Amino acid sequence: MAMAGLSSSSSEMDLDRPILEDYISTDSIQRIPQTLHLRELLDISPTLTEAAGAIIDDSFTRCFKSNPPEPWNWNVYLFPLWCLGVVVRYGILFPLRLAVFIAGWIVFFLTFFPVHFLLPSSNKWRHKMERILVEMMCSVFVASWTGVIKYHGPQPSMRPHQVFVANHTSMIDFIILEQTTAFAVIMQKHPGWVGFIQTAILESLGSIWFNRTESKDREVVARKLREHVQGPDNNPLLIFPEGTCVNNQYTVMFKKGAFELGCAVCPVAIKYNKIFVDAFWNSKKQSFSMHLFRLMTSWAVVCDVWFLEPQYLKPGETPIEFAERVRDMISVRAGLKKVPWDGYLKYFRPSPKLTEQKQKIFADSVLRRLEEK
Amino acid sequence: MGNASSTLTQYDIEEVQEHCNYLFSQQEIVALYERFCQLDRNAKGFISADEFLSIPEFSLNPLSQRLLKMVDGLNFKDFVAFLSAFSAKASLQHKIERETQLPIIASKSVIFKVYDIDGKGQVTFKDLLEVLRDLTGSFMSEEQREHVLVWVLEEAGYTRNSSILLDDFVKVLSSPGLKMEVEVPVD
Repeated sequence: MAMAGLSSSSSEMDLDRPILEDYISTDSIQRIPQTLHLRELLDISPTLTEAAGAIIDDSFTRCFKSNPPEPWNWNVYLFPLWCLGVVVRYGILFPLRLAVFIAGWIVFFLTFFPVHFLLPSSNKWRHKMERILVEMMCSVFVASWTGVIKYHGPQPSMRPHQVFVANHTSMIDFIILEQTTAFAVIMQKHPGWVGFIQTAILESLGSIWFNRTESKDREVVARKLREHVQGPDNNPLLIFPEGTCVNNQYTVMFKKGAFELGCAVCPVAIKYNKIFVDAFWNSKKQSFSMHLFRLMTSWAVVCDVWFLEPQYLKPGETPIEFAERVRDMISVRAGLKKVPWDGYLKYFRPSPKLTEQKQKIFADSVLRRLEEK
Repeated sequence: MGNASSTLTQYDIEEVQEHCNYLFSQQEIVALYERFCQLDRNAKGFISADEFLSIPEFSLNPLSQRLLKMVDGLNFKDFVAFLSAFSAKASLQHKIERETQLPIIASKSVIFKVYDIDGKGQVTFKDLLEVLRDLTGSFMSEEQREHVLVWVLEEAGYTRNSSILLDDFVKVLSSPGLKMEVEVPVD
């Protein structure tokens, strides 16, 4: 899709997202009739073609498609090898990993909760212990699905006035990053055992919760973010600006929240190698537990993490432009394609303003022709 | 090609192909089936209106509501038949048929059907007004819309009370030709 430059008159439109018309109009067939006859009014073919095109294939749904791996085992000797592999993975590796996983949790709870509840919250040593324990637990987690992770670039440092932003494929993104640095996160509160972990543990790291369905929530969260980055003792904040899990082949638009805090933005690019398993968590199709099971019964999860150079808001740049610039950096580094859609469209319908834009263009041209008569 | 082809037999593909007058190749039908299964989230056998509307590009199309009436609840065979009007071959057939003056072409009949949404067999002033309303929204007043329609109808030799038939559509839309084709991405 051709990516036209962002115009800076975004103040008139919905402030939360860039002007999508800059992206859409370069592709869509412009309906500006040159003359006004019955034919021009009856010919709705461009509009119909756009609709049919969207039905057949659209750039938004593509971002959430998990591509099934091509079977490679249909062969006399490959098939038995593959069967043996299944036995090893489900019969040996999985139980071992599950054991490590459970043991890790037990050790973690035995050490974390005493530290958390017995020591006062002003105790610096307690925070340090909690950080170390969380990092350790994440390493156990990573080991439980044999993560083969290669980190590139300088490790994040503990200092204020910075946020880290990364592309989002699954909840394990957070764990992969958490094992090297105890980040504080901003996340959607989940139900079930994940929610329990979020409350019990992540809150101790200074994490912030949001609720997608509440629009007032945004201001509250923005304030909390700003407060967090000011504090020198707070853990560095990690934000996934896409707002939803994408299939690691595309990036959807970054929300500008992380880019208007007036501090450095450190981009982190994460790319999974699908060689053994596809790490994309399609939250509509499977629960996190099922997703973990799939990871734990595969050979390994291979991925690359790049810590890129911290970026600052350039003079004259709007936060949205800044967000797009950083998204560009991450997409290029991780080899992902950019699409001009807001990740929240997974849960909500697009704003009617976009339809109104199209209506206005057509109406104006008809009225213009009418005046000329 | 993924898992989809395993649930679609060769016999099925041929049946669907026949139903759409061979306007899609077999590969395109398999690709369309994958897409159908992707949109039909709980494998009901049809795509609901809500699932169509979850495609942002479709949702913000001004004619989405009218089109929904035509595509809501279609099974795969009819889904392909609907989309066949947009195949590249349909346009080609259109070119051939223009020369040999064979009757109605798939693309024009889709346009007719969008106007004549209740299937009366003819398009009335009310239908034209409704479509124009969808296309212009609140940016034109109802009087302006009526005025424009009456104007172009009279110029073309119709009146406000005329009913437009499919043949009339074909005549009006014939020159210059229509471009209405979409490519099916095949792996």
